[in-house]
Amino acid sequence: MAHELTHILEHAERIQALDLEDIEPTSHALKLTNVLRPDEVRDSLDQDEALANAPEAADGRFKVPRIIEDA
Amino acid sequence: MPDLVWASATELAGELVAGNVTSVEVTQALIDRSRAVDDSIAAYLTPTFDRALVEAGAADERRARGDALSAFDGVPIAYKDVFVTRGVRSTSGSKILDNYLPPYDATVVARCSGAGMPMLGKLNMDEFAMGSSTENSGYGPSRNPWDLERVPGGSSGGSTALVAAGGAPWAWGTDTGGSVRQPASLCGLVGFKPTYGRTSRSGMIAFASSLDQAGPITRSVRDAAALFLVAAGGDPLDSTCLKEEVPNVLEGIDRGIEGMRIGVVREFREGSQPGVQTLFEESLTRLEKLGARIEEVSLPSFEHGISAYYLIAPAECSSNLARYDGVRYGARVDGDDIVQMTSRTRAQGFGPEVKRRVMLGTYALSAGYYDAYYGKAQKVRTLISRELEGVFGSVDLIVTPTSPSTAFKIGEKTQDPLEMYLNDIFTVPLNLSGTPAISIPCGLSADDGLPVGLQLAGPSLDEATVLRAAYAFEQDLGFSERAPL
Repeated sequence: MAHELTHILEHAERIQALDLEDIEPTSHALKLTNVLRPDEVRDSLDQDEALANAPEAADGRFKVPRIIEDA
Repeated sequence: MPDLVWASATELAGELVAGNVTSVEVTQALIDRSRAVDDSIAAYLTPTFDRALVEAGAADERRARGDALSAFDGVPIAYKDVFVTRGVRSTSGSKILDNYLPPYDATVVARCSGAGMPMLGKLNMDEFAMGSSTENSGYGPSRNPWDLERVPGGSSGGSTALVAAGGAPWAWGTDTGGSVRQPASLCGLVGFKPTYGRTSRSGMIAFASSLDQAGPITRSVRDAAALFLVAAGGDPLDSTCLKEEVPNVLEGIDRGIEGMRIGVVREFREGSQPGVQTLFEESLTRLEKLGARIEEVSLPSFEHGISAYYLIAPAECSSNLARYDGVRYGARVDGDDIVQMTSRTRAQGFGPEVKRRVMLGTYALSAGYYDAYYGKAQKVRTLISRELEGVFGSVDLIVTPTSPSTAFKIGEKTQDPLEMYLNDIFTVPLNLSGTPAISIPCGLSADDGLPVGLQLAGPSLDEATVLRAAYAFEQDLGFSERAPL
C-alpha cells in the first residue's frame, strides 16, 4: 500500500511544476454562494425511522461504547 | 412490435401508449432476460423483480384509466446502488453498508418513480464509486457482455453491463471522474453526464461532492435526453442543485450539426490504442461530413487533470466517508472503546481502494501539505475551467475519445492503481469543470472487436448542443451491434 501511495503522489507531484502564483483556487464548479431557503417547519424522519439502521440503540438513542470514564 | 428486450425506452413508451403491450409484459420480459444473463454478467446487487411487477401492474391500471403519470409510465428502469431506495438495501458497493435499508428515496429515484417507472433493481459498482472497472466492488466484479473475461468499466459497470445485455432499456449511473461515460464506452452504450448541478445529489451516497453527478445510461441518445428530462431540475433537498429552468433538450435534437464548430483537443489527439485512434479519426471525418467544422484547439492544463483529480476527489472522499463510524447505520465491529470500535469497523468494512483514497485525501488535506497538494489542485481546477471557457469562445463543442482503451481483462490493471486511474484521462477534466459531456458508440475496434466510445463535451448548461451533435452522429453511424451474449 505504501508503495502504491508513493507512486500516486509522484504522479500528482507533476502539478508542482506549474506556475499557479496568481490563480484563484476553485472548490466547486458552480458560482453559488449562500443558497438560502425559508426557515419553515417540514416533515422529517421520526425517531424510529432514524434509529432503524443503528447497529445498537437504546431508549430512543444511538448506543456507543462508553466514552466518558467514571470519576 | 419491437423485441421488448432490445427496444429503446422511447419505443417501449410508444408501444404502451398505443396499447400494443402492457407494462407487466414488458417488465416480465426484462426480468426473464435479466435472470438469463445475470449469472454471466453479475450486474445486480439487489434485484427487486416482485416489486417491479407490482409497480408495472399499477402502471397498467393507471393507463387503462387514462391517468398515466408520464410518457414513460410503465417503462422499467434500474439504478446503480449508489442511489438510496426506501426500504430496499442500498450498499454503494460497500460491505460497510451491507445491511443498510434507507428510510428515503434519492431524488432521482423519486422522480423516476413519480413518472411511473417500475424499479428492476439495484446494480453493482465499484465501492463508493471509486474505480473504473467494478473490480473494487465489495461484491465482486461485473462482467462485460461483449467479452465475459473483461471488465464492463466503472464505476457504473453493473448499470452498463445490464443495459448492454438487454436486461433493462436504461439505468441511472453517477459520474465523478468518468463513471458514466467510461463504462458506457466500454459496453457500446450512451452515457451522459449533465452539467454539475442539473440533477439532484440528494440520496446519492456521497463520494466527492463537488464532482458527483447523476447521469443516464441508455442505448440511444434520445433515451438519454428523455431520462435527463425526467430527473433534472431544482431540488430543495440539494442546495447545489441548480434552480435554472431545464430546457427541453428533445426539442430540436434532430436539427443536425451543419456549421457547428467542433474542437479536437491537441493534447489528447494521440496516446490511445491504435483501434481507438482509428475510429476516433474516422469519427472526425463523419462529423465533418455531417457539416461540422473541425478545428484543433489547445487545452494545455487538461493533461494535469488526473493529478488534480486524484488529490481533490480523495480529499473530498476522506471527509465524506468519515460518516461511516459504526454508530448510526451500516456495519459495526465491536471494540473496547469508541476509537477501537470505529477503527475496527472501517478496517473491516472498507475495501483497499477506499482505504487508499481516504489516506491520500487526509494526507492532501493535512497541515503542512494542504497548500502543496489540495490547494494547488484547486488552482489547476481553475486553470482547466478557464482554458475550457476560452476554447468555447471559438468552438461549440470539443471531441475526444472517451477512454484510451477498449475493455481490459479482469485483473489486468488491479495491481497498479495509477494505471487504472489513467483510464479517466479524457473524462476527468470535465468533472473538474462541471460541464456537460456524453459518450456515444463510434464503432468496434479493429484490434479486438470491442466497442469504442466518442466523447462530445459542451459549455456549462448547454446539454442541448451536446445531445444534438451526439444524435446526429448516432443517426448517421447507425451503430446497431449487440453484445454477443
